[in-house]
Amino acid sequence: MTSSRPDPAPRLELLHISKRYPGVLANDDVSLLVRPGEIHAVLGENGAGKSTLMKIIYGAVQADQGEILWNGRQVQIGNPAAARQLGIGMVFQHFQLFETLSVVENIALALEGKFDLRALASRVREVSAKYGLPLEPERLVHSLSVGERQRVEIVRCLLQNPQLLILDEPTSVLTPQAVRSLFATLRQLASEGVSILYISHKLHEIQELCERATVMQGGRVTGEADPRQESTASLARMMIGRELPVCSATPYEGERIPVLELRGLSYANDDPFGASLHEIDLIVDRGEVVGIAGISGNGQAELLAALSGEVPSAASCVLIDGQAVGHLHAGERRDRGLAFVPEERLGRGAVPAMSLAQNFTLTAHRQRELRRHGLINLAGARQWAARCIERFDVRCAGPQAAARSLSGGNLQKFIVGREIMQAPKVMIVAQPTWGVDVGAAAFLRQTLLDLARSGVAVLVISEELEELFEICDRIAVLAAGRLSLPVPKEDTDAEKIGLLMAGTQQQAA
Amino acid sequence: MQLIEPRANPSRTMRWLAPPLAILLTLLVAAGIFALLGKPPLQAFYVFFIEPLETSNGWSELLLKASPLILIAQGLALGFRARIYNIGAEGQLLLGAICASGVAIYTDGMEGAWILPAMVLAGAVGGGLWGAIPAWLRTRFQAQETLTTLMLAYVATYLLSWLVSGPWRDPSGTNFPQSILFAEPAMFTPLFEGLRINASVYIAAALVPVFWLFVAKSFMAYQLAVGGEAPAAARYAGFSANRTVWVSLVISGAAAGIAGAAEAAGPVGQLTLSLSPGYGYAAIIVAWVGRLHPLGIVLAGLLMALIYLGGEAAQVSMQLPAAISWLFQGMLLFFLLGADAFVDFRLRQRKEVTA
Amino acid sequence: MIEYLVPVLATTLAAATPLVFAGLGELVTEKSGVINLGVEGMMLIGAVAGFAGGLHWGVAGGLLCGALAGALAALPFAFLTLSLGTNQPATGLALTIFGIGLSAFVGQYFVSQSLPGLQPLIIPGLAEIPLLGPVFFSQSWVVYLSWLTFAWLAWMLARTRWGLILRAVGESPEAAHAIGYPVTAIRYAATCFGGAMAGIGGAYLSTVYTPLWVQNMTAGRGWIAVALVVFATWKPGRLMLGAYLFGGMTILQLHAQGLGVELPSQLLAAVPYVATIVVLVLISRDRKLLQLNLPASLGKPWIGN
Repeated sequence: MTSSRPDPAPRLELLHISKRYPGVLANDDVSLLVRPGEIHAVLGENGAGKSTLMKIIYGAVQADQGEILWNGRQVQIGNPAAARQLGIGMVFQHFQLFETLSVVENIALALEGKFDLRALASRVREVSAKYGLPLEPERLVHSLSVGERQRVEIVRCLLQNPQLLILDEPTSVLTPQAVRSLFATLRQLASEGVSILYISHKLHEIQELCERATVMQGGRVTGEADPRQESTASLARMMIGRELPVCSATPYEGERIPVLELRGLSYANDDPFGASLHEIDLIVDRGEVVGIAGISGNGQAELLAALSGEVPSAASCVLIDGQAVGHLHAGERRDRGLAFVPEERLGRGAVPAMSLAQNFTLTAHRQRELRRHGLINLAGARQWAARCIERFDVRCAGPQAAARSLSGGNLQKFIVGREIMQAPKVMIVAQPTWGVDVGAAAFLRQTLLDLARSGVAVLVISEELEELFEICDRIAVLAAGRLSLPVPKEDTDAEKIGLLMAGTQQQAA
Repeated sequence: MQLIEPRANPSRTMRWLAPPLAILLTLLVAAGIFALLGKPPLQAFYVFFIEPLETSNGWSELLLKASPLILIAQGLALGFRARIYNIGAEGQLLLGAICASGVAIYTDGMEGAWILPAMVLAGAVGGGLWGAIPAWLRTRFQAQETLTTLMLAYVATYLLSWLVSGPWRDPSGTNFPQSILFAEPAMFTPLFEGLRINASVYIAAALVPVFWLFVAKSFMAYQLAVGGEAPAAARYAGFSANRTVWVSLVISGAAAGIAGAAEAAGPVGQLTLSLSPGYGYAAIIVAWVGRLHPLGIVLAGLLMALIYLGGEAAQVSMQLPAAISWLFQGMLLFFLLGADAFVDFRLRQRKEVTA
Repeated sequence: MIEYLVPVLATTLAAATPLVFAGLGELVTEKSGVINLGVEGMMLIGAVAGFAGGLHWGVAGGLLCGALAGALAALPFAFLTLSLGTNQPATGLALTIFGIGLSAFVGQYFVSQSLPGLQPLIIPGLAEIPLLGPVFFSQSWVVYLSWLTFAWLAWMLARTRWGLILRAVGESPEAAHAIGYPVTAIRYAATCFGGAMAGIGGAYLSTVYTPLWVQNMTAGRGWIAVALVVFATWKPGRLMLGAYLFGGMTILQLHAQGLGVELPSQLLAAVPYVATIVVLVLISRDRKLLQLNLPASLGKPWIGN
């Protein structure tokens, strides 16, 4: 039936789009074509220019050059409201929701027309039932899980009857099961004629869902393909110019001795937007990498703060080398051999405006004689920072470079390097490769593996399941503030871990 | 809509250019105001900035006014680095003056070289305690120090007012709210015959290098800076946030208290309602204009003292209210903050228009 | 005692009215995510402008001049913090210092003058209610205006799209920008509204309450208004309550002898400031309550992209 009709105008066509930021060409002569009802992937690694391109389509950013055709007509999209007017909806990677407002208030903010929350609530129920996106309109967003928040974003778009829906890395916070139900919703939308632009760096998802893919690298389009016809290797070559690097892990030969122990660690959070921890037990041995999977917001931040000593607990809840350290603060725990790489590199792992030398002092002042008689030894810090830069291949202007002038990957290498140079017994790393390019990510993973095999106990908390399966020996899941028993990765798979991530009912059963 | 965008790297040039630029802009606006009032701007500038410095008395007054400003600002700058906003230094100064005066009043008639040091010490303790209250409120109850320090400044004003009109009023004097004139052992000795400048200025002069050493070299100052720039990084490093608060507020309180003691035992010589012409507030601006840097603060303190002197001169010879110096202070801070924005940001580049 | 209580309560309402205006204004500003510590300065500028206007056009004209002057005084603050992203507490402080200087400078021309003030507008019927009538319904019309303003603001914040947008911008400027709201423009409006309200509060002091111009006549009321917003946990109803509590304390020294309090008047005058600290401590202890109501982006510079 559809084939008998003349080919309709493309839903969206981008012609020669360029966008320059100070110091970077984020988009360089990018062209793209999306047909009605098509699920179209934009594939590329971090920093390839995908997000900038989407913001241009959504009117949040203006292109310096190029044209946008919408249903065959040239348009200027000056702001997000204009984009919505045309029928473009966007689901953001970092949800653009208001925590203290209810679901229906959040949705009302994006809609025009009469301000009637009660009528809107019933429309929200209708749409969410139709597309299998269950939501309670009256609930406050801060009480929702990450998956539910994404539903709010999607429903918010759907209520505007979009002709094009943009999803930016939508699966990074979902369990494998939730990803399947999202894909079902997207296919249903596509069958109704809605075009979908699907931004991702995950090759297998794109192969499963999308009919066409535009591949970007360094701000340019490096290829177009039907991902179902391509192999993972050929897509990877288009994306990064080579095959995806893999880590090599040798088995640990040394003696297995517990180094880090958690015994019944609980934490009642008095922050209304935070999570609490319940009776967490965990042992990490020398020489192994233990991974904690789970979606952020399930107690990850609280567990990390309790491990690092930023929020001390009862003494006997945390042990290093069999000694109770739960009552010690972060600095004192470093003296006992603990090192920690937090998720937030700028502002926590490093002070943005300070030089790398000064940032080296941040945690190294205890071990490295960078503090004497209450005075600071900056010359020493410069030397150590220079050594760290060289040993961990940190690309920067030198020890005097401000932390914020480094790219995410290089700053992460510096922080990981700084912590390794403290010769730790335990290394705790949160989201080791979040927002890092493929090359640096592989380097970091290999570094952590090598560190473990040199006799250090390594604990990794990550949202990326593939990453955990690549480097960990055992994997546990943190969900709703409870930690499951760690199991050897050979005895589990993404499916089982996903069930644990979704909640605690399965555990209880 | 948006005027500016972040620079890739902060501009060092702008960092040091901002204060002179702010001063220049303030002068331009001031010239406009003078012209509007029908006073020739050049003559007004002469009255404001040159005339006070033509006599040795002028220089004496300049140093007398600059030293409390510099001393207080050094303390405040420590806290500002840690983003601890003590804006009630005026109250800490008054408490310092009150405690020092208490020593002077109760030792009246006694002799001894210990009296003056005891007064300075009492001033430091009084100011330090007045700074310790907001520190305690902040660390124990999370009450914002901005508001509590300022409220305590008002309380200090009323406390002073009660003391000089009640228990400590000069019994032999007229009904003016002021204490007895201090005896010689409770006063700094004048440095020159006929000038008010006295040994109290040595206190500020001696403490500036101490502050400089502390800021440039001490690990504590590094911790304060980390706590101010990135509180989460300070927690991560294991630096105590509470200690940062205590150190900032107690040191800046004690510095202001010493300045208050020096005022009472120096140029004023008694406890009065008009002991401080707002030094505690002006020192906030001195700290900013001096880039929170110990040597910058010295320059900024001298400049601010000149604005005070000029204000007094303008009051006498041009019939302008003395409050005009507050007006200039406010503008100076406005312009400085505005110029400072261009350290980290630059004007948004115009986009090329595509055909 | 009762006979004495009526005038005390009636003057409390009058004394609290500047706090009501300035506090509600700052509440709106802070709801949008901007903390303006320049309230004291804006009140002073409003007071002097209001007095000047009052000389020519009566109280209504004076209040209007005060509102206009307050809004204008907020503009440089808004430009610096919103367009140039400067530190909000420091810029607010600059505005206060600037306002003290400017008002004293302009005010020198009004030092020896005074205004007639306002007769109470007695509301027929309601004013006859025993006790309540003379306290609530025999006030100047400006006091009634403050109630109308409160009612309008409370309704607007809780029930309208405008209120929702304001809360949204204050919580997450990024998200509000991403879904297409002109964050900076909204914040400009909220900041100038706060300035206008502070200006009215100041003008009320100089045209109705005193009614004359005295240098520094606000005597810290602007700062108390800022503290009241925290005390009120950003809720208009609680702000009214706090304002009247503090209004009562500012007139304590006037009525102290009649109420049998034997303390030096200087120490009584310090009571509102001590009380502000106590109240801040009490409210700050309840971290959960504050966090649930605090506009999440309060005081954080945001420069659009």
